[in-house]
Amino acid sequence: MGEAIVITSGKGGVGKTTTSANIGTALALQGKKVCLVDTDIGLRNLDVVMGLENRIIYDLVDVVEERCKIHQALVKDKRFDDMLYLLPAAQTSDKTAVRPNQMRELVLRLKQEYDYIIIDCPAGIEQGYKNAVAGADRAIVVTTPEVSSVRDADRVIGLLEKEENIAPPMLVINRIRNHMVKSGDMLDIDEVTSHLSIDLLGIVADDDAVIKASNNGEPIALNPNNKSALAYRNIARRILGETVPLQHLEEESKGVFAKIKTFFGAR
Amino acid sequence: MSNRGEQLEMKKRQLVTIKGTKNGLSLHLNDICSYEELLRDIQLKLNESSTLHNEKRDIKVTVELGNRYVTEEQKEEIKQLIEEKQNLTVQLINSNLVTKKEAENWLEKTEVKSITSIVRSGQILQVPGDLLLIGDVNPGGKVIAGGNIYIMGQLKGIAHAGYDGDDRAVVAASIMKPTQLRISKYIDRDVKENPSKTSSQMECAYVKGEAIKIDRLQVLPHLRPNIANLGGGN
Repeated sequence: MGEAIVITSGKGGVGKTTTSANIGTALALQGKKVCLVDTDIGLRNLDVVMGLENRIIYDLVDVVEERCKIHQALVKDKRFDDMLYLLPAAQTSDKTAVRPNQMRELVLRLKQEYDYIIIDCPAGIEQGYKNAVAGADRAIVVTTPEVSSVRDADRVIGLLEKEENIAPPMLVINRIRNHMVKSGDMLDIDEVTSHLSIDLLGIVADDDAVIKASNNGEPIALNPNNKSALAYRNIARRILGETVPLQHLEEESKGVFAKIKTFFGAR
Repeated sequence: MSNRGEQLEMKKRQLVTIKGTKNGLSLHLNDICSYEELLRDIQLKLNESSTLHNEKRDIKVTVELGNRYVTEEQKEEIKQLIEEKQNLTVQLINSNLVTKKEAENWLEKTEVKSITSIVRSGQILQVPGDLLLIGDVNPGGKVIAGGNIYIMGQLKGIAHAGYDGDDRAVVAASIMKPTQLRISKYIDRDVKENPSKTSSQMECAYVKGEAIKIDRLQVLPHLRPNIANLGGGN
Protein backbone atom coordinates (compact mmCIF):
# COMPACT_ATOMS: atom_id res chain seq x y z
CA MET A 1 0.00 0.00 0.00
CA GLY A 2 1.52 3.27 -1.12
CA GLU A 3 1.33 6.76 0.30
CA ALA A 4 -0.40 9.76 -1.23
CA ILE A 5 1.23 13.17 -0.82
CA VAL A 6 -0.52 16.37 -1.86
CA ILE A 7 1.62 19.37 -2.89
CA THR A 8 -0.23 22.58 -2.13
CA SER A 9 0.36 26.26 -1.35
CA GLY A 10 -2.77 28.37 -1.47
CA LYS A 11 -1.09 31.06 -3.52
CA GLY A 12 -0.47 30.54 -7.23
CA GLY A 13 2.89 30.70 -8.93
CA VAL A 14 5.06 29.64 -6.01
CA GLY A 15 6.18 26.42 -7.70
CA LYS A 16 3.70 23.67 -6.81
CA THR A 17 3.89 22.02 -10.20
CA THR A 18 7.68 22.29 -10.43
CA THR A 19 7.97 20.86 -6.92
CA SER A 20 5.57 18.02 -7.74
CA ALA A 21 7.46 17.12 -10.91
CA ASN A 22 10.85 17.19 -9.20
CA ILE A 23 9.87 15.36 -6.03
CA GLY A 24 8.21 12.71 -8.20
CA THR A 25 11.31 12.47 -10.36
CA ALA A 26 13.63 12.31 -7.36
CA LEU A 27 11.56 9.58 -5.70
CA ALA A 28 11.59 7.56 -8.93
CA LEU A 29 15.41 7.99 -9.06
CA GLN A 30 15.49 6.55 -5.52
CA GLY A 31 13.86 3.42 -6.92
CA LYS A 32 10.28 4.07 -5.85
CA LYS A 33 7.30 3.51 -8.10
CA VAL A 34 5.66 6.90 -8.43
CA CYS A 35 2.43 8.19 -9.93
CA LEU A 36 2.01 11.94 -10.45
CA VAL A 37 -1.60 13.14 -10.42
CA ASP A 38 -2.44 16.57 -11.83
CA THR A 39 -5.67 17.88 -10.25
CA ASP A 40 -5.51 21.31 -11.83
CA ILE A 41 -8.41 20.57 -14.15
CA GLY A 42 -8.77 23.21 -16.84
CA LEU A 43 -5.27 24.62 -16.30
CA ARG A 44 -3.06 21.57 -16.48
CA ASN A 45 0.71 22.09 -16.48
CA LEU A 46 2.35 19.07 -14.94
CA ASP A 47 2.39 17.22 -18.27
CA VAL A 48 4.21 20.15 -19.89
CA VAL A 49 6.83 20.38 -17.15
CA MET A 50 7.39 16.63 -17.40
CA GLY A 51 7.55 16.80 -21.21
CA LEU A 52 4.72 14.30 -21.60
CA GLU A 53 2.06 16.52 -23.15
CA ASN A 54 2.13 14.88 -26.58
CA ARG A 55 1.45 11.42 -25.16
CA ILE A 56 -1.81 12.15 -23.37
CA ILE A 57 -4.77 10.14 -24.64
CA TYR A 58 -7.18 10.03 -21.72
CA ASP A 59 -7.26 12.16 -18.56
CA LEU A 60 -8.44 12.31 -14.95
CA VAL A 61 -12.01 13.25 -15.87
CA ASP A 62 -12.20 10.38 -18.38
CA VAL A 63 -11.22 7.97 -15.59
CA VAL A 64 -13.70 9.41 -13.09
CA GLU A 65 -16.51 9.36 -15.64
CA GLU A 66 -15.54 5.81 -16.62
CA ARG A 67 -14.80 6.53 -20.26
CA CYS A 68 -11.57 4.56 -19.83
CA LYS A 69 -9.66 2.38 -17.38
CA ILE A 70 -7.08 3.95 -15.06
CA HIS A 71 -4.12 2.26 -16.77
CA GLN A 72 -5.25 3.60 -20.14
CA ALA A 73 -5.05 7.19 -18.88
CA LEU A 74 -1.69 6.81 -17.15
CA VAL A 75 1.19 8.19 -19.19
CA LYS A 76 4.42 6.28 -18.72
CA ASP A 77 7.65 8.27 -18.51
CA LYS A 78 10.10 6.31 -20.62
CA ARG A 79 13.11 7.92 -18.94
CA PHE A 80 12.39 5.98 -15.79
CA ASP A 81 11.89 2.41 -16.91
CA ASP A 82 8.44 1.74 -15.51
CA MET A 83 8.98 3.73 -12.30
CA LEU A 84 7.20 7.02 -13.09
CA TYR A 85 3.68 7.58 -14.41
CA LEU A 86 1.49 10.65 -14.85
CA LEU A 87 -2.26 10.91 -14.59
CA PRO A 88 -2.94 14.18 -16.44
CA ALA A 89 -5.78 16.59 -15.68
CA ALA A 90 -8.43 17.37 -18.26
CA GLN A 91 -7.94 20.63 -20.08
CA THR A 92 -11.51 21.12 -21.28
CA SER A 93 -13.60 20.69 -18.09
CA ASP A 94 -13.38 22.62 -14.84
CA LYS A 95 -12.80 21.72 -11.16
CA THR A 96 -16.43 20.77 -10.59
CA ALA A 97 -16.10 17.80 -12.98
CA VAL A 98 -14.68 15.76 -10.09
CA ARG A 99 -15.92 15.35 -6.51
CA PRO A 100 -13.76 14.69 -3.43
CA ASN A 101 -15.14 11.19 -2.85
CA GLN A 102 -14.32 10.23 -6.45
CA MET A 103 -10.77 11.47 -5.94
CA ARG A 104 -10.50 9.54 -2.68
CA GLU A 105 -11.52 6.35 -4.44
CA LEU A 106 -9.17 6.98 -7.36
CA VAL A 107 -6.17 7.63 -5.09
CA LEU A 108 -7.00 4.54 -3.07
CA ARG A 109 -6.88 2.44 -6.24
CA LEU A 110 -3.56 3.99 -7.29
CA LYS A 111 -2.09 3.31 -3.84
CA GLN A 112 -2.46 -0.42 -4.46
CA GLU A 113 0.06 -0.26 -7.29
CA TYR A 114 2.40 2.62 -6.52
CA ASP A 115 4.74 3.47 -3.65
CA TYR A 116 4.06 7.19 -3.88
CA ILE A 117 1.17 9.16 -5.35
CA ILE A 118 2.19 12.82 -5.77
CA ILE A 119 -0.89 15.00 -6.12
CA ASP A 120 -0.34 18.42 -7.69
CA CYS A 121 -2.95 20.76 -6.19
CA PRO A 122 -4.35 23.81 -8.01
CA ALA A 123 -4.00 27.28 -6.45
CA GLY A 124 -6.79 28.43 -4.17
CA ILE A 125 -8.76 26.73 -1.42
CA GLU A 126 -11.96 25.95 -3.31
CA GLN A 127 -13.24 22.86 -5.09
CA GLY A 128 -9.92 22.02 -6.76
CA TYR A 129 -8.10 22.12 -3.44
CA LYS A 130 -10.77 19.98 -1.77
CA ASN A 131 -10.46 17.40 -4.54
CA ALA A 132 -6.67 17.36 -4.27
CA VAL A 133 -6.51 16.84 -0.50
CA ALA A 134 -9.38 14.32 -0.38
CA GLY A 135 -7.28 11.22 -0.88
CA ALA A 136 -3.99 12.42 0.62
CA ASP A 137 -2.17 10.89 3.58
CA ARG A 138 0.47 13.59 3.84
CA ALA A 139 0.77 17.18 2.68
CA ILE A 140 3.67 19.33 1.56
CA VAL A 141 3.10 23.08 1.65
CA VAL A 142 5.21 25.08 -0.79
CA THR A 143 5.93 28.72 -0.08
CA THR A 144 8.34 31.37 -1.28
CA PRO A 145 9.98 33.73 1.24
CA GLU A 146 7.47 36.47 0.45
CA VAL A 147 4.96 37.84 2.93
CA SER A 148 1.93 37.22 0.69
CA SER A 149 2.97 33.66 -0.05
CA VAL A 150 3.65 32.91 3.63
CA ARG A 151 0.25 34.36 4.56
CA ASP A 152 -1.51 32.02 2.13
CA ALA A 153 0.59 29.07 3.27
CA ASP A 154 -0.53 29.84 6.83
CA ARG A 155 -4.17 29.74 5.71
CA VAL A 156 -3.69 26.42 3.93
CA ILE A 157 -1.83 24.89 6.89
CA GLY A 158 -4.79 25.88 9.07
CA LEU A 159 -7.13 24.04 6.69
CA LEU A 160 -4.85 21.00 6.41
CA GLU A 161 -4.58 20.70 10.20
CA LYS A 162 -8.37 20.34 10.30
CA GLU A 163 -8.26 17.33 7.95
CA GLU A 164 -8.37 14.24 10.12
CA ASN A 165 -6.77 11.80 7.69
CA ILE A 166 -3.74 13.92 6.83
CA ALA A 167 -0.52 13.91 8.85
CA PRO A 168 0.80 17.32 10.02
CA PRO A 169 1.93 19.20 6.87
CA MET A 170 5.61 19.77 6.04
CA LEU A 171 7.14 22.86 4.50
CA VAL A 172 9.21 23.46 1.38
CA ILE A 173 10.61 26.97 0.97
CA ASN A 174 11.13 27.64 -2.70
CA ARG A 175 12.96 30.33 -4.69
CA ILE A 176 15.18 31.65 -1.94
CA ARG A 177 17.37 34.49 -3.19
CA ASN A 178 20.36 34.45 -0.95
CA HIS A 179 21.60 37.95 -1.77
CA MET A 180 18.17 39.41 -0.87
CA VAL A 181 18.01 37.45 2.37
CA LYS A 182 21.48 38.75 3.27
CA SER A 183 20.52 42.35 2.58
CA GLY A 184 17.37 41.89 4.68
CA ASP A 185 14.99 42.41 1.78
CA MET A 186 13.64 38.87 1.91
CA LEU A 187 12.38 36.75 4.79
CA ASP A 188 14.98 34.25 5.92
CA ILE A 189 14.32 30.57 6.56
CA ASP A 190 14.02 31.02 10.33
CA GLU A 191 11.45 33.77 9.98
CA VAL A 192 9.30 31.63 7.70
CA THR A 193 9.51 28.47 9.78
CA SER A 194 8.94 30.23 13.10
CA HIS A 195 5.92 31.99 11.66
CA LEU A 196 4.35 28.86 10.21
CA SER A 197 5.66 26.56 12.96
CA ILE A 198 5.60 23.32 10.98
CA ASP A 199 8.50 21.01 10.16
CA LEU A 200 10.80 22.08 7.35
CA LEU A 201 11.17 19.46 4.64
CA GLY A 202 13.55 21.35 2.39
CA ILE A 203 14.75 24.57 0.85
CA VAL A 204 15.31 25.31 -2.83
CA ALA A 205 17.29 28.30 -4.07
CA ASP A 206 16.03 30.51 -6.88
CA ASP A 207 17.72 29.16 -9.96
CA ASP A 208 17.42 30.02 -13.66
CA ALA A 209 18.25 26.43 -14.55
CA VAL A 210 14.96 25.26 -12.95
CA ILE A 211 12.93 27.48 -15.28
CA LYS A 212 14.99 26.39 -18.27
CA ALA A 213 14.56 22.72 -17.42
CA SER A 214 10.79 23.13 -16.96
CA ASN A 215 10.54 24.83 -20.34
CA ASN A 216 12.35 21.91 -21.92
CA GLY A 217 10.09 19.37 -20.28
CA GLU A 218 12.93 17.86 -18.29
CA PRO A 219 12.62 18.13 -14.52
CA ILE A 220 15.80 19.64 -13.04
CA ALA A 221 16.10 16.73 -10.60
CA LEU A 222 17.37 14.65 -13.55
CA ASN A 223 20.51 16.78 -13.74
CA PRO A 224 22.99 15.42 -11.16
CA ASN A 225 25.28 18.49 -11.31
CA ASN A 226 22.71 21.11 -10.43
CA LYS A 227 22.30 22.53 -6.93
CA SER A 228 18.50 22.72 -7.09
CA ALA A 229 18.41 19.15 -8.34
CA LEU A 230 20.31 18.16 -5.23
CA ALA A 231 17.81 20.09 -3.12
CA TYR A 232 14.92 18.11 -4.63
CA ARG A 233 16.79 14.84 -4.24
CA ASN A 234 17.40 15.71 -0.59
CA ILE A 235 13.69 16.37 -0.14
CA ALA A 236 12.91 12.97 -1.65
CA ARG A 237 15.36 11.30 0.74
CA ARG A 238 13.77 13.07 3.68
CA ILE A 239 10.34 11.85 2.53
CA LEU A 240 11.80 8.34 2.59
CA GLY A 241 12.80 8.88 6.20
CA GLU A 242 16.51 9.68 5.86
CA THR A 243 18.12 12.47 7.85
CA VAL A 244 19.76 14.86 5.41
CA PRO A 245 21.19 18.20 6.56
CA LEU A 246 19.94 21.39 4.90
CA GLN A 247 21.95 22.76 2.00
CA HIS A 248 24.13 25.79 2.46
CA LEU A 249 22.89 28.56 0.24
CA GLU A 250 25.98 30.73 0.54
CA GLU A 251 28.48 28.98 -1.68
CA GLU A 252 27.07 30.14 -4.97
CA SER A 253 28.81 32.56 -7.40
CA LYS A 254 31.95 33.26 -5.42
CA GLY A 255 34.90 34.79 -7.20
CA VAL A 256 38.26 33.06 -7.39
CA PHE A 257 39.65 35.35 -4.71
CA ALA A 258 36.82 34.54 -2.28
CA LYS A 259 37.35 30.84 -2.95
CA ILE A 260 40.99 31.15 -2.04
CA LYS A 261 40.08 33.03 1.12
CA THR A 262 37.64 30.29 2.07
CA PHE A 263 40.35 27.74 1.37
CA PHE A 264 42.61 29.41 3.91
CA GLY A 265 39.82 29.62 6.41
CA ALA A 266 39.32 33.40 6.30
CA ARG A 267 35.69 34.30 5.82
CA MET B 1 -64.88 27.56 67.46
CA SER B 2 -65.90 27.30 63.86
CA ASN B 3 -64.92 30.95 63.46
CA ARG B 4 -61.48 30.17 64.84
CA GLY B 5 -61.07 27.27 62.44
CA GLU B 6 -61.92 29.48 59.50
CA GLN B 7 -59.26 31.95 60.59
CA LEU B 8 -56.66 29.19 60.79
CA GLU B 9 -57.69 28.05 57.34
CA MET B 10 -57.14 31.62 56.12
CA LYS B 11 -53.69 31.77 57.75
CA LYS B 12 -52.66 28.54 56.12
CA ARG B 13 -53.75 29.85 52.79
CA GLN B 14 -51.45 32.87 52.98
CA LEU B 15 -49.74 31.97 49.71
CA VAL B 16 -49.00 35.55 48.73
CA THR B 17 -47.45 38.09 51.05
CA ILE B 18 -47.33 41.71 49.95
CA LYS B 19 -44.71 43.96 51.43
CA GLY B 20 -44.19 47.60 50.77
CA THR B 21 -40.67 48.84 50.20
CA LYS B 22 -39.33 52.21 49.16
CA ASN B 23 -38.90 50.82 45.64
CA GLY B 24 -42.53 49.78 45.38
CA LEU B 25 -44.20 46.52 46.26
CA SER B 26 -42.61 43.19 46.76
CA LEU B 27 -44.72 40.06 46.29
CA HIS B 28 -43.47 37.01 48.14
CA LEU B 29 -45.00 33.90 46.65
CA ASN B 30 -45.31 30.60 48.48
CA ASP B 31 -43.01 28.05 46.83
CA ILE B 32 -44.62 24.81 48.06
CA CYS B 33 -48.23 25.03 46.95
CA SER B 34 -49.38 24.13 43.43
CA TYR B 35 -48.97 26.64 40.65
CA GLU B 36 -52.73 26.88 40.01
CA GLU B 37 -53.39 27.60 43.69
CA LEU B 38 -50.76 30.30 43.57
CA LEU B 39 -52.30 32.01 40.55
CA ARG B 40 -55.71 31.94 42.18
CA ASP B 41 -54.31 33.47 45.34
CA ILE B 42 -52.42 36.22 43.51
CA GLN B 43 -55.65 37.24 41.83
CA LEU B 44 -57.55 37.10 45.12
CA LYS B 45 -54.96 39.08 47.00
CA LEU B 46 -54.65 41.81 44.43
CA ASN B 47 -58.42 42.19 44.20
CA GLU B 48 -58.94 42.52 47.94
CA SER B 49 -56.11 44.99 48.54
CA SER B 50 -58.28 48.05 48.42
CA THR B 51 -55.34 50.37 48.95
CA LEU B 52 -54.02 49.42 45.54
CA HIS B 53 -57.14 50.64 43.85
CA ASN B 54 -56.92 54.05 45.47
CA GLU B 55 -53.33 54.59 44.50
CA LYS B 56 -53.04 56.72 41.37
CA ARG B 57 -49.32 56.46 40.73
CA ASP B 58 -47.64 53.57 38.93
CA ILE B 59 -46.39 51.02 41.42
CA LYS B 60 -43.35 48.93 40.66
CA VAL B 61 -43.57 45.31 41.72
CA THR B 62 -40.81 42.86 42.48
CA VAL B 63 -41.89 39.22 42.50
CA GLU B 64 -40.01 36.86 44.82
CA LEU B 65 -40.47 33.25 43.72
CA GLY B 66 -38.37 31.66 46.48
CA ASN B 67 -37.40 28.12 45.62
CA ARG B 68 -40.09 27.62 43.00
CA TYR B 69 -39.04 26.80 39.45
CA VAL B 70 -41.20 28.42 36.78
CA THR B 71 -40.84 28.32 33.02
CA GLU B 72 -40.56 31.47 30.89
CA GLU B 73 -44.24 31.07 29.91
CA GLN B 74 -45.31 30.83 33.54
CA LYS B 75 -43.24 33.91 34.38
CA GLU B 76 -45.07 35.76 31.64
CA GLU B 77 -48.41 34.50 32.98
CA ILE B 78 -47.67 35.76 36.48
CA LYS B 79 -46.51 39.06 35.08
CA GLN B 80 -49.68 39.50 33.04
CA LEU B 81 -51.87 38.57 35.97
CA ILE B 82 -50.28 41.25 38.14
CA GLU B 83 -50.22 43.87 35.43
CA GLU B 84 -53.95 43.45 34.83
CA LYS B 85 -54.19 45.91 37.72
CA GLN B 86 -53.59 49.01 35.70
CA ASN B 87 -51.20 50.81 37.97
CA LEU B 88 -48.91 47.82 38.63
CA THR B 89 -45.79 47.04 36.60
CA VAL B 90 -43.55 44.07 37.24
CA GLN B 91 -39.95 45.20 37.11
CA LEU B 92 -38.21 42.07 38.34
CA ILE B 93 -38.90 38.40 38.98
CA ASN B 94 -36.44 36.91 41.45
CA SER B 95 -35.86 33.24 42.04
CA ASN B 96 -33.38 31.31 44.14
CA LEU B 97 -33.08 28.79 41.35
CA VAL B 98 -31.17 28.80 38.09
CA THR B 99 -31.52 26.11 35.47
CA LYS B 100 -28.54 23.98 34.59
CA LYS B 101 -28.33 25.70 31.24
CA GLU B 102 -28.34 29.17 32.75
CA ALA B 103 -25.68 28.04 35.20
CA GLU B 104 -23.55 26.66 32.39
CA ASN B 105 -23.87 29.91 30.41
CA TRP B 106 -22.97 31.81 33.53
CA LEU B 107 -19.96 29.61 34.14
CA GLU B 108 -18.82 29.94 30.52
CA LYS B 109 -18.99 33.71 30.76
CA THR B 110 -16.94 33.85 33.92
CA GLU B 111 -14.37 31.12 33.36
CA VAL B 112 -10.99 31.45 31.69
CA LYS B 113 -10.87 29.11 28.72
CA SER B 114 -7.33 27.93 28.06
CA ILE B 115 -6.51 26.78 24.54
CA THR B 116 -3.23 25.51 23.12
CA SER B 117 -3.21 26.23 19.43
CA ILE B 118 -1.93 28.47 16.67
CA VAL B 119 -4.65 30.68 15.26
CA ARG B 120 -3.71 30.84 11.61
CA SER B 121 -4.78 33.14 8.79
CA GLY B 122 -8.50 32.84 8.17
CA GLN B 123 -9.23 31.14 11.46
CA ILE B 124 -11.43 32.64 14.17
CA LEU B 125 -11.29 31.55 17.81
CA GLN B 126 -14.18 32.79 19.93
CA VAL B 127 -15.00 32.19 23.61
CA PRO B 128 -17.79 33.67 25.75
CA GLY B 129 -15.60 34.44 28.76
CA ASP B 130 -11.88 35.07 29.19
CA LEU B 131 -9.38 33.48 26.80
CA LEU B 132 -5.96 32.15 27.65
CA LEU B 133 -4.24 31.25 24.39
CA ILE B 134 -1.02 29.31 24.57
CA GLY B 135 0.30 29.87 21.06
CA ASP B 136 0.44 32.58 18.42
CA VAL B 137 -2.20 34.51 16.55
CA ASN B 138 -0.82 34.81 13.03
CA PRO B 139 -1.66 37.70 10.69
CA GLY B 140 -5.14 37.15 9.26
CA GLY B 141 -6.18 35.13 12.31
CA LYS B 142 -8.66 36.47 14.86
CA VAL B 143 -9.40 35.84 18.54
CA ILE B 144 -12.61 37.07 20.12
CA ALA B 145 -13.60 36.92 23.80
CA GLY B 146 -16.53 38.19 25.84
CA GLY B 147 -14.00 39.04 28.55
CA ASN B 148 -10.23 39.46 28.65
CA ILE B 149 -7.70 37.94 26.27
CA TYR B 150 -4.34 36.68 27.49
CA ILE B 151 -1.90 35.39 24.88
CA MET B 152 1.23 33.46 25.78
CA GLY B 153 2.81 33.91 22.40
CA GLN B 154 2.84 36.43 19.60
CA LEU B 155 -0.23 38.45 18.77
CA LYS B 156 0.17 39.34 15.11
CA GLY B 157 -3.45 39.08 13.96
CA ILE B 158 -6.62 40.65 15.35
CA ALA B 159 -7.76 40.43 18.99
CA HIS B 160 -11.20 41.57 20.13
CA ALA B 161 -11.77 41.61 23.89
CA GLY B 162 -15.03 42.56 25.61
CA TYR B 163 -16.96 41.49 22.54
CA ASP B 164 -20.38 42.02 24.19
CA GLY B 165 -19.55 45.61 25.10
CA ASP B 166 -17.30 45.28 28.12
CA ASP B 167 -15.13 48.40 28.06
CA ARG B 168 -13.07 47.17 30.99
CA ALA B 169 -11.78 44.11 29.14
CA VAL B 170 -8.04 43.95 28.41
CA VAL B 171 -5.74 42.23 25.92
CA ALA B 172 -2.38 41.01 27.21
CA ALA B 173 0.26 39.33 25.07
CA SER B 174 3.86 38.17 25.42
CA ILE B 175 4.63 39.84 22.11
CA MET B 176 2.20 42.53 21.06
CA LYS B 177 2.32 43.16 17.31
CA PRO B 178 -1.35 43.08 16.33
CA THR B 179 -2.72 44.02 12.92
CA GLN B 180 -5.66 45.49 14.76
CA LEU B 181 -6.86 45.65 18.36
CA ARG B 182 -10.47 45.87 19.41
CA ILE B 183 -11.89 46.30 22.89
CA SER B 184 -15.66 46.52 23.15
CA LYS B 185 -16.59 49.07 20.45
CA TYR B 186 -13.15 50.68 20.25
CA ILE B 187 -10.80 49.89 17.38
CA ASP B 188 -7.09 50.65 17.24
CA ARG B 189 -5.39 50.44 13.89
CA ASP B 190 -2.34 52.51 14.61
CA VAL B 191 -0.76 49.95 16.85
CA LYS B 192 2.44 50.04 14.84
CA GLU B 193 3.01 53.68 15.65
CA ASN B 194 3.00 52.92 19.32
CA PRO B 195 6.45 53.79 20.70
CA SER B 196 6.58 50.78 22.99
CA LYS B 197 6.19 48.47 19.99
CA THR B 198 9.89 47.83 19.79
CA SER B 199 10.17 46.76 23.41
CA SER B 200 10.54 43.09 24.05
CA GLN B 201 8.55 43.07 27.28
CA MET B 202 5.03 41.79 27.70
CA GLU B 203 2.33 44.34 27.13
CA CYS B 204 -1.35 44.90 27.76
CA ALA B 205 -3.99 46.97 25.99
CA TYR B 206 -6.97 48.66 27.63
CA VAL B 207 -9.45 51.43 27.03
CA LYS B 208 -8.51 54.78 28.48
CA GLY B 209 -10.76 57.73 27.74
CA GLU B 210 -12.10 57.00 24.31
CA ALA B 211 -9.07 55.18 22.93
CA ILE B 212 -7.10 51.99 23.28
CA LYS B 213 -3.80 52.39 25.08
CA ILE B 214 -0.90 49.93 25.14
CA ASP B 215 1.28 49.79 28.20
CA ARG B 216 3.65 47.56 30.15
CA LEU B 217 1.98 44.48 31.59
CA GLN B 218 2.97 45.62 35.09
CA VAL B 219 0.38 48.43 35.11
CA LEU B 220 -2.46 45.93 34.88
CA PRO B 221 -2.87 45.14 38.62
CA HIS B 222 -3.46 48.85 39.32
CA LEU B 223 -5.81 49.36 36.38
CA ARG B 224 -7.91 46.23 36.74
CA PRO B 225 -7.55 44.85 40.27
CA ASN B 226 -10.73 42.85 39.68
CA ILE B 227 -8.97 40.48 37.26
CA ALA B 228 -7.22 38.66 40.09
CA ASN B 229 -9.33 36.32 42.17
CA LEU B 230 -6.49 35.39 44.48
CA GLY B 231 -4.35 37.75 46.49
CA GLY B 232 -0.82 38.47 45.35
CA GLY B 233 2.34 37.44 47.19
CA ASN B 234 2.93 38.94 50.63
